[in-house]
Amino acid sequence: MLSRTADNLYWIARNMERAETNARLLEVGARMSLLPTAQGFRSDWDSLLRASGNLVGYREKYGPPEQAHIESYLFFDRDNPNSVASCITNARENGRIIRTALTTQVWDALNTAFQELRAIEGAKTRADLSHLTDWVMRQAAMLRGAIDATLLRNDGYNFLNIGYYLERGDSTARLMDVKYYVLLPRADFIGTGLDNDQWSMLLRAMSSNRAFHWAYGGEITSAKIAHFLILNPQCPRSLITCVAGMNNHAARLAKLYGRETAATHALAALQAELERQTTDQIFEEGLHEFLTRYITQTADLGRVIHESYLSGDIS
Amino acid sequence: MLLSVDHVTHYTYDRPVRGVVQSHRLTPSRFDGQRVVDWGVTVTGGVMGGTFRDGAGDVVQSWTVAGPVTEISVHVKGQVETRDLAGVLKGHRESVPPLAYLRHTAATQPDPAIADLARLYTPNDALGGAHALSAAVSDAIAYAPGATHGATTAAQALALGMGVCQDHAQVLIAAARVAGLPARYVSGYLQANADGAPHEAAHAWAELCVQGFGWIGFDPANRCCPDARYIRLGSGLDATDAAPIRGISRAAGSTGAASENLSVTVAIAAQEQ
Amino acid sequence: MTSYFNEMYQAGGLRAPYRGLEPWAADMPADKRRAKQAEAEALFRRIGITFAVYGEGGDPDRLIPFDMFPRVFTGGEWAKLERGIKQRARALNAFLVDVYARGEIVRAGRIPAELVYKNAAYEKAVVGIIPPKGVYSHIVGVDIVRTGPTDFYVLEDNCRTPSGVSYMLESREMMMRMFPDLFRENRIEPIDSYPDKLRRTLASVAPPKCKGAPTVVILTPGHFNSAYYEHSFLADLMGVELVEGQDLFVDGEFCYMRTTEGPKRVDVIYRRLDDEFLDPLCFNPASMLGVAGLMDVYRSGGVAICSAPGAGVADDKAVYTYVPEMVRFYLGEEPILSNVPTWKCADQDDLNYVSEHLADLVVKEVHGSGGYGMLVGPKSTRAEVEEFRARILANPANYIAQPTLALSTTPTFVDEGIAPRHVDLRPYCLVGEKIELVPGGLTRVALREGSLVVNSSQGGGVKDTWVLVD
Repeated sequence: MLSRTADNLYWIARNMERAETNARLLEVGARMSLLPTAQGFRSDWDSLLRASGNLVGYREKYGPPEQAHIESYLFFDRDNPNSVASCITNARENGRIIRTALTTQVWDALNTAFQELRAIEGAKTRADLSHLTDWVMRQAAMLRGAIDATLLRNDGYNFLNIGYYLERGDSTARLMDVKYYVLLPRADFIGTGLDNDQWSMLLRAMSSNRAFHWAYGGEITSAKIAHFLILNPQCPRSLITCVAGMNNHAARLAKLYGRETAATHALAALQAELERQTTDQIFEEGLHEFLTRYITQTADLGRVIHESYLSGDIS
Repeated sequence: MLLSVDHVTHYTYDRPVRGVVQSHRLTPSRFDGQRVVDWGVTVTGGVMGGTFRDGAGDVVQSWTVAGPVTEISVHVKGQVETRDLAGVLKGHRESVPPLAYLRHTAATQPDPAIADLARLYTPNDALGGAHALSAAVSDAIAYAPGATHGATTAAQALALGMGVCQDHAQVLIAAARVAGLPARYVSGYLQANADGAPHEAAHAWAELCVQGFGWIGFDPANRCCPDARYIRLGSGLDATDAAPIRGISRAAGSTGAASENLSVTVAIAAQEQ
Repeated sequence: MTSYFNEMYQAGGLRAPYRGLEPWAADMPADKRRAKQAEAEALFRRIGITFAVYGEGGDPDRLIPFDMFPRVFTGGEWAKLERGIKQRARALNAFLVDVYARGEIVRAGRIPAELVYKNAAYEKAVVGIIPPKGVYSHIVGVDIVRTGPTDFYVLEDNCRTPSGVSYMLESREMMMRMFPDLFRENRIEPIDSYPDKLRRTLASVAPPKCKGAPTVVILTPGHFNSAYYEHSFLADLMGVELVEGQDLFVDGEFCYMRTTEGPKRVDVIYRRLDDEFLDPLCFNPASMLGVAGLMDVYRSGGVAICSAPGAGVADDKAVYTYVPEMVRFYLGEEPILSNVPTWKCADQDDLNYVSEHLADLVVKEVHGSGGYGMLVGPKSTRAEVEEFRARILANPANYIAQPTLALSTTPTFVDEGIAPRHVDLRPYCLVGEKIELVPGGLTRVALREGSLVVNSSQGGGVKDTWVLVD
């Protein structure tokens, strides 16, 4: 298929998944700000902006963190290329450019998200944050469902899924990293009740609370959480699930095209590396350090995928 | 006269480019005034594309270079035997009707000053009129390298009163077209200026289609008609259209173009016969 | 008061081809009509068939109005039109091959040399090129108006990239979905083979260097173009890639598209892009929409471009007046379809006539399109006429004038019920190894009462067009 078509499919997925990540981030932030801290009710918005990579852009525009501004910045702000509004608009534009590579259902899902977004933006009173985040997750789920139910399983489907898994793994790593920043000033909280509250909130933000309890039961510990969100292939958002997902779709592409690429090799190597990891090793390296490394590896992967398939300069 | 040509155009890019595509008019025209003894064009790392003779009689040859590269050279080398035909393009096979050379382009769009110049043309003495126009352009524009640039239009050059061969040629073309005389831009080489000093750059002049004679070359920059010192390569409606090399490079990465640096050396020598 | 030919009712009687529609129309109370209209609109919006008007801003997702009342031709009427259109398409292509070769028609004095060679659309870069199968214009859109039972006139030819065929196909699709009974009760020639025929036409003009099955693509200026829907629609129905200039590149003697599997050679490009933007190395050096080096590949036989660069010289409005001459000169036949009588303001005598009768004439710019820059004398105020007179006198060669034609009307659904509205017809003639067209074409309707301007940019709509099986 045309490299440009594949690129747009890949970015539909990345944009929608990124919109969802932002919604989840907002929810985590809002909930964390409700928890008592040693300094009383402390805002952890700063950490959240930093973990999500939005701190610089936000500061330039608004200065000190304030919940209402952060909501605007992460949700509505068109100047922020990663805001929910920007991501949904971009995803729909990606879809419009390659309209004929999509089914009516997939296009409907993208277009409906965009039209409803416009209605939300135009509304006189702003909806509650929880309504907004719910709405985003519903749109993302509808798109995902339309893709799964109606789209041809050709190379384009693989590019879509690679986009989804890449962005989702990145999102999981960043959400976990928020926790690191929140705790950074007071490392002595580790293992306390407060710590567990925060982990549990994080799980809820990833819609994984129940799943976690089914899988592990008992006390929430940071080791169990790290295992669940990083190494457990049953968790739909874990890093290993995301890497395995990418690897699977890259392998399908290699079979379809009858050739392997730098992306095929990089993904196989990353999956092998994660499969060898233990939670002990991760904590030895430092959770934050591990996550930072993963986020960097993801960015590199994005580059390799671009060069291997999407740039159009393939010889 | 037997002229030997050694012409190197060297491109360097400030960052690697993914590919280069060029369209060349670098082969001497076939007409009674010149005969190729040997001739060759090479492009470093280049793949030769389609080659054909277009309706204007020019040999067009395309080249592509697959990147990444940071520099390429286009090297033209050969020998041509020339004859003085007093500028008349005799025996040149072409099929574009002269009327197609009456349209203005952005670079040759006339203004009132060009229209004034055009009034010097005398329709009842076409040849004399053409000479008068060319002489008037020579008088109106002083040779001043650096005063104009590649994108200077005929009207701008005339207003400035200064320029190089490109400006002389485009002003003459613009005025001739206003006078109803089909006119075109010609690119090529010149061995030596009128004073005998070697000409160390590519050259350009104009051709006007004169009733009873057909196409005749006029070189207002040197106040003469092309003779045995000239080698004709190709023609077009203006400098861009007739350029010996038209090319484009594509920068690596998705944003912006690489900035391009160009150096040209031309050596034309008359051989002992 | 001019009288107009009503295609459904004549002298109080119902014309035969519309017989099947009378009971259907009678059984269309206002609420049902509105419901059906709304259904059609929702479907059109859903599939995204929208139309943006250049330079008007406003809603980029605007719908082109669709009128449900079909326009009907008998098989006999169509047979004559078809013969006439094919004849015209052959003559236009013969003309193009000729004027880029020896120019026999000019040498024979049948058309002024200036008109052809000084024409801005005459492309010096393709002189001497004979495209595969000798075809320059592969899709000829011929705009036809009707003024009486057997009176048809060609208003203009579109030899470059006539648009609107997606509306023709979608209008039929819409009618078949909403009113299947109509298609059971009436025997209507199908048109859905158009995309197949178009693909075959394009494949049949593959360049000499192409061995094996040719790869065909559609080249679009991009998704901001007003006709982007049509480009993607046709690519989809033909099963070919829709590419932008950035998707193509030249390497050596060929043109390739950038795919996820590496470069793939392209043999035939159906371009929906003007000549000027095709190749920055040959035409406008500032063009970002084209493909650098494409013209060299084309001229050396490595790729076919449809329509061929330079085809525009045949559909210039001043050249139009000579099409009947082309038919006689190249084919040795009498034209089956007539031109509208046309005055060329470049001629002093014609200019005098036009100036005296301006209020009764339609005046058009020679190079204009889309209904812009025209004067409809009888519909204009005195001030508008005078203003236009000044424009004509300032540059007479830029204008032609035609009588205000009594365009036929067909019944059309309006707010008050059913009323006659003026229509024209654009059939699409495909020219490759064979010359063929699907029965019918795009009927455009001037929805405003009394209006004679059918262009979609000027408030025109579209209708399904039927050709009955006799």
